[in-house]
Amino acid sequence: MALRELSSLEKYLGLKKPNKYSTQGDKKVPVLQSSNGPPLSGLVTIACHLVKEAKRPELLGESAESRAVVQQWLEYTVTKVNGSTREDAKAILKDLNLYLQDKVYLAGNQISLADILLYYQIHPLILDLSVQEKEQHVNVTRWFDHIQHYPSIQHHLPVIAVLRNRIYTSRHH
Amino acid sequence: MKLFVSEGNPHCLKVLCALEVTGAQCDVQFVNHEERIVPFLNRPTLPALLLPSGLYLFSSNAICRYMFELNGQESSELCNQWLEWEATDLQPALLQALHMAVVQGKGSEVSKVLQGPLNVLDQSLSKGNTPYLTGEAVSVADIVLCTALYPVLSESSLALGEGRSVKAWFDRVAAMHSCQSAARKVLQGKGLQGMKSYMQRQPAPHSSQCRETQPCNSSPAECDEGERMVSEEEMEAAVQTWNKGLNPGPLAAGRKHPILPQDGKRNILLTSALPYVNNVPHLGNIIGCVLSADVFSRYGRLRGWNLLFVCGTDEYGTATENKAREEGLTPQQICDKYHAIHSSIYKWFQVDFDFFGRTTTEKQTEIAQDIFWRLHKNEFLVEDTVEQLRCEKCQRFLADRFVEGTCPHCSYPEARGDQCDKCGRLINAVELREPQCKVCRKTPVIRSSKHLFLDLPKLESQLEQWLEKSTSTGDWTANAKQITRSWLRDGLKPRCITRDLQWGTPVPHPDFKEKVFYVWFDAPIGYLSITANYTDKWEKWWKNPQQVELYNFMAKDNVPFHSVVFPCSLLGAQDNYTLVSHLVATEYLNYEDTKFSKSRGVGVFGDMAKDTGIPSDVWRFYLLYVRPEGQDSAFSWADMALKNNSELLNNLGNFINRAGMFVTKFFDGCVPVMELQQEDKKLLALVGWELQQYIQLMDKVKIRDALKHILNISRHGNQYIQVNEPWKKIKGDETERQRAGTVTGVSVNIACLLSVMLFPYMPTVSQTIRDQLNAPQSCVITMLQGTSGAFVSALKAGHRIGTVSPLFQKLEVDQIEALKKRFGGQQPEDEPPKEKTTAQRAASTQPAAVPAPAAAPVNGVDPEKAGQLTQAVAEQGEKVRALKAQKAEKAVITAEVAKLLDLKKQLALAEGKGTEPAPQKGKKK
Repeated sequence: MALRELSSLEKYLGLKKPNKYSTQGDKKVPVLQSSNGPPLSGLVTIACHLVKEAKRPELLGESAESRAVVQQWLEYTVTKVNGSTREDAKAILKDLNLYLQDKVYLAGNQISLADILLYYQIHPLILDLSVQEKEQHVNVTRWFDHIQHYPSIQHHLPVIAVLRNRIYTSRHH
Repeated sequence: MKLFVSEGNPHCLKVLCALEVTGAQCDVQFVNHEERIVPFLNRPTLPALLLPSGLYLFSSNAICRYMFELNGQESSELCNQWLEWEATDLQPALLQALHMAVVQGKGSEVSKVLQGPLNVLDQSLSKGNTPYLTGEAVSVADIVLCTALYPVLSESSLALGEGRSVKAWFDRVAAMHSCQSAARKVLQGKGLQGMKSYMQRQPAPHSSQCRETQPCNSSPAECDEGERMVSEEEMEAAVQTWNKGLNPGPLAAGRKHPILPQDGKRNILLTSALPYVNNVPHLGNIIGCVLSADVFSRYGRLRGWNLLFVCGTDEYGTATENKAREEGLTPQQICDKYHAIHSSIYKWFQVDFDFFGRTTTEKQTEIAQDIFWRLHKNEFLVEDTVEQLRCEKCQRFLADRFVEGTCPHCSYPEARGDQCDKCGRLINAVELREPQCKVCRKTPVIRSSKHLFLDLPKLESQLEQWLEKSTSTGDWTANAKQITRSWLRDGLKPRCITRDLQWGTPVPHPDFKEKVFYVWFDAPIGYLSITANYTDKWEKWWKNPQQVELYNFMAKDNVPFHSVVFPCSLLGAQDNYTLVSHLVATEYLNYEDTKFSKSRGVGVFGDMAKDTGIPSDVWRFYLLYVRPEGQDSAFSWADMALKNNSELLNNLGNFINRAGMFVTKFFDGCVPVMELQQEDKKLLALVGWELQQYIQLMDKVKIRDALKHILNISRHGNQYIQVNEPWKKIKGDETERQRAGTVTGVSVNIACLLSVMLFPYMPTVSQTIRDQLNAPQSCVITMLQGTSGAFVSALKAGHRIGTVSPLFQKLEVDQIEALKKRFGGQQPEDEPPKEKTTAQRAASTQPAAVPAPAAAPVNGVDPEKAGQLTQAVAEQGEKVRALKAQKAEKAVITAEVAKLLDLKKQLALAEGKGTEPAPQKGKKK
């Protein structure tokens, strides 16, 4: 999973030469074999490295504050969202929904690595939601739909239909 | 900038240390663990940093990183790597370790948990050969990891055996003033114990996180919350109750019909949604309606309520008409045939109706027409012309169910004419895009027809007034209230109550002669007419809201009809009708992560349960265990086997059997003398508490939750026996033998109580236990009386018990596998398992609004036919055997054998198998 995400990320970043990855341990932590230096392990670590490699530092945040916020959500993604149970999913969606109430992106006013990685990892949770649940978590759904349609984000994950209609129209019966 | 921390919270060590090291300008505030500082997080999360911009940081690592960056030290990639590892690998292990050490008191097992991460750390440090994790200088990685490990590494009693490099590095970093000072502030010199209050508030950690997409099958109060503390008063009260013994009074006479409301008693009228006659009910239908109602009614009778439980088959409607046409019978004949099938299925499941009737009776016509005329007189009916879809080829107006098209709202291509399966909206058939007649696939035409409408808007305020009262005073399930509310929120519209059909209750109005009542108007009236067929004095139940409480049991897709449409009919008729006091609706039961589907042969239907060889009580138990209260649940063969083996066999059965066996083996079959000591009194109090919970829950129809308390009691019982070892003590001296006696005596009495509590769930097992214990029948009525029940000693010393034998059998893996295959259907289900659509497709119990199309089953798989064929195969097999035994003519035998083989092939097809018919595996009873 992580390797596919990294590959998609490379494509998004426009990195011409794909890197070589391996995995370690039974949790399949991704490892990047670097040509000039020690190997790097960890999804977030490698992703940040790729961002630097592509010379897109703004994806990690433009100020100290937004950099901290980006790192926070990256950590949240790999610790809470990854491998979450159904019970956890409810709490995650609730929290995110509140957080995203007044935000377009997770950090600052532009897309960041945090949005991208969360999009990858939360995809299966969103896939599982019913129409009513998507409407219930309207902010998460809005954010998700925005990110999944962001230019060149789409690679290994199918687009999830997000209905924009209200569940109950006036022609209810 | 403001930092919020709490004492005893290990995560706060990190941030306080980082604060001092970096010298960041920041206010620090100590708060309680429960304070919700971060506004968007559900659970209180600390530490939290309020940034100058007003944003919050809730990740301790991110906070540390930020402080370091303010200080001019950005994290290197190596730092990043350590921080990520800390969050994903170290923290989970640490949390588990801390929980074990601080909350569970299992300090000795902590080293096992932390060994892995500590090794990683040690290897890296010894390889790198630098004083700090990322080089010669302290970085945020050192601060974060050191403070994270501080509570465990500074506690020598844990004997973690961390490697030499780790120890050296830790001592180095921990010695820093910032570290020491942070530790002091957070741990207050109390070490691990300083974290107790924080750790107790955290959820117990999973040892490994795996993704589960199973719907919730495990129940809330599954594990006991450790040992409940019992007070002295509770123990005294329990002993007092115990000593009371059974009521010596006369036994309640058996049920005398007709049951009518009585003064001074709680009069309860209980209905279960009328199953549609044409559909063989499946497990989901059964648990949703009749079984749930049955449990509650059995319970209610034990509680001494004056209870009437009625139900019946709903027989009018298009589906029956169609089936009749198909099978070349009259609708009445079809109904007779299927009513009998329903009846026998429910009988097998031991559903104890006071009366199980049907809607095709004179009383139905009488009462429905009476209500109709009243509504007419009171001007609650409106006339209008309706456009309906008519299939010219089939020469009839198409019922909603028989039109399929594209949903006008969500563009789902298989929307039905009354409701879209995908988005769940109710629609009118004429709204469908590209409609098709479901039977012949031709495009239907729109024709006008005059119809009558129930003026719901006119009744709306009356309805709301009544609903307000009923939902606030009665035990409506949350989903019922929600669904009702949303119906009202969208505003009520007049609802058509007539249809152009033949098989139904005729509309008596001369202008609508050729029409019948629409099923949803007519079917709930079935409750009344069925009661009327039970007793002439039916109005004492149905026109008596002062004395009667009405419980309606159903699955959630029936709610609007029972909470809005039907009450409006009754309110409009203005005849003092009894309206529903308590509406109990279940969610959906899925089958192994997918849906029950008759046409695809998926799921267990009707009397197939009987054919599995698994006893009715065990089916009841499992279905009730997974009763979809509050959210959907799923039937799973593997889970059923698990629950049977672990709860019934190893828990309940084991306890009751052991208790009885001890009396038989050690005390000559007579209950020994019991001298209660402190430990026994404590047990009595604990059991009494569980009993009280059971009663409180059952009173509120929380059937599934109540079941847990039964299992808790037997768990307590098993533990009690385990701890006291009566089989050993019986061989000891006088005191020990006395002890063995007391423990045995108390245990059989608990077994007696369990039998009573089990009665609503497993009536046969319940009686069997009492038979084996030779328990007096009066215990059945005594123990569930009052608000908290009464755990009295029903079996006194000297009471002779009967013959004890095991109550349950193990369900073996291969048995279950075979069953799963047999009922799994041929088609792989390609619907996403979590589709929350309303109304299951193929089978529905509900009064004919959504009957299953009687079309030919897909792929020839037809479980109903399979049942018939199984019978035919058996008979033909007998015939062949007989012929062979008689040494009949070869030609004759060959012909009959050919017939048999053909039947077997048909059976295999109907079961969805290849050419081999399903082997009937070990039938255990």
